[in-house]
Amino acid sequence: MKLVDEYRDPAVARYLLEQIRELCDGPLNIMEICGGHTHSIVRSGMEQVLPPTIKFVHGPGCPVCVTPTAKIDQAIALARRPRTIIATYGDMMRVPGSSSSLLQEKAKGAHVKIVYSSLDAVRLAVENPDSEVVFFAVGFETTIPANGLSVIRAKQLGLTNYSMLSNHVLVPPVIRAVLDDPAVRIDAFLGPGHVSTIVGSQDYEFIPAEYHRPVVISGFEPNDILESLFMILKQRREGRCEVEVQYSRAVTKYGNPRALDVVKDVFSPVEQEWRGIGAIAESGLSLREELRAFDAYHKFHDWMPLQRPEEPSECVCGEITRGVKEPRDCASFGTGCTPERPLGACMVSTEGTCAAYYRYQLVTVQTGGVRD
Amino acid sequence: MMCLAVPGEVLDIDGSIAMVDMAGVKRRVCIDLLAEVHPGDYVLVHVGFALQIIDEQEAQETLKLLRACFQEDLHAAVGSQQEGD
Repeated sequence: MKLVDEYRDPAVARYLLEQIRELCDGPLNIMEICGGHTHSIVRSGMEQVLPPTIKFVHGPGCPVCVTPTAKIDQAIALARRPRTIIATYGDMMRVPGSSSSLLQEKAKGAHVKIVYSSLDAVRLAVENPDSEVVFFAVGFETTIPANGLSVIRAKQLGLTNYSMLSNHVLVPPVIRAVLDDPAVRIDAFLGPGHVSTIVGSQDYEFIPAEYHRPVVISGFEPNDILESLFMILKQRREGRCEVEVQYSRAVTKYGNPRALDVVKDVFSPVEQEWRGIGAIAESGLSLREELRAFDAYHKFHDWMPLQRPEEPSECVCGEITRGVKEPRDCASFGTGCTPERPLGACMVSTEGTCAAYYRYQLVTVQTGGVRD
Repeated sequence: MMCLAVPGEVLDIDGSIAMVDMAGVKRRVCIDLLAEVHPGDYVLVHVGFALQIIDEQEAQETLKLLRACFQEDLHAAVGSQQEGD
């Protein structure tokens, strides 16, 4: 496949590994922010051939994993409302709320539909004028413009039965929270590739400027990640600390202005609760006040559960999401918690750290790892 | 799946919708988030939207640079081996 296969060439990978080994002169903890990178790193098994002093710390960049239980409970409450259709991305179906999941609700007869695109949710509202359609929308900066456009489209169409229950989260505030957490030790960042296609590389300039950590925005193929590692090591060797872009085929300094305009027109920043991390000021986006008619939380306020649920105590998803613990540190990993019966969100999403380890490195994790 | 974006080639465009070939799978993709896009462009597709046009020239140049370094090192390694012989 063009523009994919070129970045999987084993000969180039071997070359990059040689260069990395040559430049690596001490311990290096690199946080990959994006769950897509976590997946690619674990799937390729590259940690097993990299110098043992290089350690990936898996970051909070999986939108499904950071969605709080309370939000899932809200979606479930709306799924139980008569004549209501919940439309959502497939990954959200199995995420456990405090007592059920959308998948379990669907099995009991609720109208829960998986959509590929936000515009499919708008189409459901057009096709079902007698029902309320609630799009349960989650996402980082990558997905937020696409979700936002559905509200613009619904407004243009004059729809009164379309609304959005949103859990939109932003990368920079959570990076600050992670860097301010004394339990987390990070020397450099692998910057999120697809988030950056929207926001541009300039969104991370505060990391070297204020926290003195280098950032390399990376593509998602194994050789992209190896080249980014090489670039991080080179910065360290040369005493530089800046934002560099390895994924230059898709990432510019200022991103996609049209997509950013959609975000600005539809959303405004709010305090946001992150599963396992807590509330962070201005780290989320919710619909602007003038678009409240499309905000499911306000539209169906009377249906929202009053009790705040507690996160399951046997699950360490929160610490895993913050990069403090690994799946092997969780007693439930692979036994009490599997992708079929997940306890926490990290096991649900294909981008979740636990799901990636379960799928590709179960044996490695259960035997304590090849490097230990 | 959430932040995954897949490259594909724009085949044709009808208003807000482009038909995009992603490794042989053809999909209807909304192009409203892009200012300008033409058939033949490679775009990154995410949840049914084209997010960005892939700069093919940039991609090829980066690859060429990497391959050039790789070849240089390969030749140097082979060369020194021959000298050692």
